[in-house]
Amino acid sequence: MSSVVDKVWATLEPLTDPEIPVVTLRELGILRDVRETPEGIEVVITPTYSGCPAMGQIEDDVRASLEQAGIEARVITQLAPAWTTDWMSDEAKEKLRAYGIAPPHRTCGSGSGGDVSVLKFVRRQPTEPVACPQCGSTHTVVTSEFGSTACKALYKCLDCQEPFDYFKPY
Amino acid sequence: MSTPIDYLLHLADNAVVLGQRNAEWCGHGPILEEDMALANVSLDLIGQARLLYQRAAELMGGDATEDKLAYFRGPHEFRNYTLLELPHHGPLVGYAAADRDYATTIVRNFLYSALMVHVWDGLQQSADPSLAAIAAKSLKETSYHLHHSRDWLVRMGDGTEESHARAQAAVNHLMPYTEEFWTTSPAEGAAVAAKIGIDVWALRPAWDALVNDALAEATLTRPNFHGYITEGKIGLHSEHLSYLLGEMQGLARAHPGATW
Repeated sequence: MSSVVDKVWATLEPLTDPEIPVVTLRELGILRDVRETPEGIEVVITPTYSGCPAMGQIEDDVRASLEQAGIEARVITQLAPAWTTDWMSDEAKEKLRAYGIAPPHRTCGSGSGGDVSVLKFVRRQPTEPVACPQCGSTHTVVTSEFGSTACKALYKCLDCQEPFDYFKPY
Repeated sequence: MSTPIDYLLHLADNAVVLGQRNAEWCGHGPILEEDMALANVSLDLIGQARLLYQRAAELMGGDATEDKLAYFRGPHEFRNYTLLELPHHGPLVGYAAADRDYATTIVRNFLYSALMVHVWDGLQQSADPSLAAIAAKSLKETSYHLHHSRDWLVRMGDGTEESHARAQAAVNHLMPYTEEFWTTSPAEGAAVAAKIGIDVWALRPAWDALVNDALAEATLTRPNFHGYITEGKIGLHSEHLSYLLGEMQGLARAHPGATW
């Protein structure tokens, strides 16, 4: 890896998600790659959800950081392979928990979805319990499938009574 | 072979029109959680539409942009299913006012996402790599929309006398419009021939199974249908689309190129 690529990674390392400021773009898997091409340096980012309103902000943040560090690079948005919470590091999951957001508690298998049955979400199956990020209890219920951002659902802990956000496995 | 632009516009227009419709619930949802749910579903749909319009604009070249495709085409140029432009209530003329009916919203979201999970799944193998990438992303989102709408369909159908009656009325009203799914438009035919699109007709048994299973669990009856088949996807729309686009496009047309 060239020193320029290293420098770009280091420059972008402090950048966090605008909605979840405890995890970095790299840890979330939004910052996918930094590569050297004949046309110059390319920084590759990928959206979490198609309509995620934070993407514009994220792209601006990346550009501003590069400019501040005096680095010339192009920022490229790439859709494939589709973003998945499986890319999230264990370290990032622990940070989410400490912040009060229950991290995704299962993997989604292949990111491309090619070998995943499209009907897997259809039946109301008993799923593994989500642990409360406050007290750790798995005695929790979903209060809403949709939450404050596209990537989260709302849960409530029946032991400590705290409502909490759950980062959906995706 | 090149990607038929009309096929991308068909997929994009479906998403933007339903996204705009469902966004009408923003601030008016029957309960707070559903207000957020519908806004989130719209966000996904409009996000999908943006990606598809961007791809179409890229292929069209010249001065085409996603905004021009969304805001500066007239109703006859839209290629969405008629089902998706209907208001959130039973059959009334376009200028008639009525309360929004959540059963209509849920039944439509269910019927559409039950189709689109299969469409996106198939399009992951599209010969257009951009469309395949969009499909892989959209599949995840649509699966969640299906989960949400099916859940409410069962709750309403198998709920109180009132909720059951409303859900059944919505099924009776909307089901005939799904016949449009199974006809082949010239754009769809061209896309299938180029291995860019998929043959929707082949998805019908899977869709039927999914719909029949959900209706049975919801204690609802599927109406028989023999009648007029709508043709929104070739640009022949109901009067409702013009009202919807009037609201969606008004600002962009009053202030072309405005930024904030």
